[in-house]
Amino acid sequence: MVVRVGDLILTFLAWVGDTALFGARALYEALLPPYEFKETWRHVYEIGWRSLPLIALAGLAIGVVLSMHTRASLERFGAEAMIPAVLAVALVRETGPLVAGLLVAGRVGAGIGAELGAMKVTEQIDALEAVAVDSFKFLAVTRILACILAMPLLTAVIDFCGIFGGYLAETSTSGMSMQLYFHRAFSVLQFSDFVPATLKTAVFGFIIGTVASYLGFTTTQGTEGVGRTSTSSVVLSSICIILINVVLVKLIFLLFPVRA
Amino acid sequence: MQAIKLEHVTKSFDGRKVLDDVTLEIREGKAFCLLGRSGTGKSVTLKHIIGLLRPDEGHVLVHGKDVSALSGRELSDVRRSMGFLFQNAALFDSITVGENVAFPLRRHTDWPDAKIRDVARAKLAEVGLENEYDKMPAELSGGMRKRAGLARAMALDPDILLVDEPSAGLDPITAAEIDDLLVNLKKEGTTLVVVTHDIPSARHVGDELAMLHEGKIIARGTAQELDRSDDKLVRAFMRSEGAG
Repeated sequence: MVVRVGDLILTFLAWVGDTALFGARALYEALLPPYEFKETWRHVYEIGWRSLPLIALAGLAIGVVLSMHTRASLERFGAEAMIPAVLAVALVRETGPLVAGLLVAGRVGAGIGAELGAMKVTEQIDALEAVAVDSFKFLAVTRILACILAMPLLTAVIDFCGIFGGYLAETSTSGMSMQLYFHRAFSVLQFSDFVPATLKTAVFGFIIGTVASYLGFTTTQGTEGVGRTSTSSVVLSSICIILINVVLVKLIFLLFPVRA
Repeated sequence: MQAIKLEHVTKSFDGRKVLDDVTLEIREGKAFCLLGRSGTGKSVTLKHIIGLLRPDEGHVLVHGKDVSALSGRELSDVRRSMGFLFQNAALFDSITVGENVAFPLRRHTDWPDAKIRDVARAKLAEVGLENEYDKMPAELSGGMRKRAGLARAMALDPDILLVDEPSAGLDPITAAEIDDLLVNLKKEGTTLVVVTHDIPSARHVGDELAMLHEGKIIARGTAQELDRSDDKLVRAFMRSEGAG
């Protein structure tokens, strides 16, 4: 039993090492010509723009729910006026970035893993190499960069939609005006609340793109393998996001101690 | 003059030797057919020639350059002089058939879009698919996919064409059409390396044949020479006219 657990841990650590090397290579090669601007932009559209409805809807729903919970708690202390501020800080600092990361890991991670996995098992990746195209750069680097670029933008969207969802819940309960709600929400938010928390999602994007691309490139065993890659991309990138978030939050607290 | 040379190439996968000290020379402008049963290392040999695999030992020379030692731009330059038709065509399934053929042109030329589309259409016309430009690969039959793959492999007018099992999974008429296309390319001066276990196809296309068995070249020569081989296995293989 102990040996089996040990083997599993070693296998996982080896996988983390290989994936980290894959990601580091992607970042290094992103700096070298030729630059695949067109392909990267296409993926930003695919990953970013096409995730917008999901992100916006999730943001709205989270805003409504958070508002209801916050009201239930603050009402006891007669602090309903704090609802917009508490909700905005909670969303912008943690809930928005983390939920955006997990949602994109689900939608985009599965897509990248399945697409690259299918290309691998049908020799399309070999076919790219055969026509003298660097498949790593064309397929992996472009997707990883697109995830890095798209994540902060999507996070800004989920933050705003969440705050707006909170307004909808608040105005329907207390009749608070939009002007007063947003004034109270944004009056407490500072640079150190928004920027580090939003930029940390670029790391989430890097994780999603790297994990999914690595799994796609190493897919074996036909369509069954593609299915496994798709599932593993979501599970492993979600786990990595949750774990790395702990480190990033600690880092943000260290770098921005005043507002922490 | 030699277009391709394999020198003492050895390759193993998971401890199993797939190529065992293989030495081959393929002359420019000739059609070379590599025969053998399934799993004897024929496709692995092709992938070594285009640099998709690297030998554990030995060297692979294309136009005198050691592909097994090249990387980056140098490897890319050598690959541009070659075309590769995969066994299952390996068309990019997210773009149209026409864009598959246009893809190498878009990557390696600075031609305007209109010219690229014209050339891609012309390449498709050469393989009888001029009306399929806007179709997706999934809409094509197996034979059509293979012809589209051939059009893509020929898009940059390579000197060398590597073909993996051109007749696999095709009806005899379609297989013969593909063979005729290959013969035409040979007449135009393209060096062909065809991996097959279809003996009639090899007789039709190949100037020279070699048989790979358990990772080793056990016979080499014209079809007639292989028919008269001392090796029982080679003679039996050459008699299996219905294979493929």
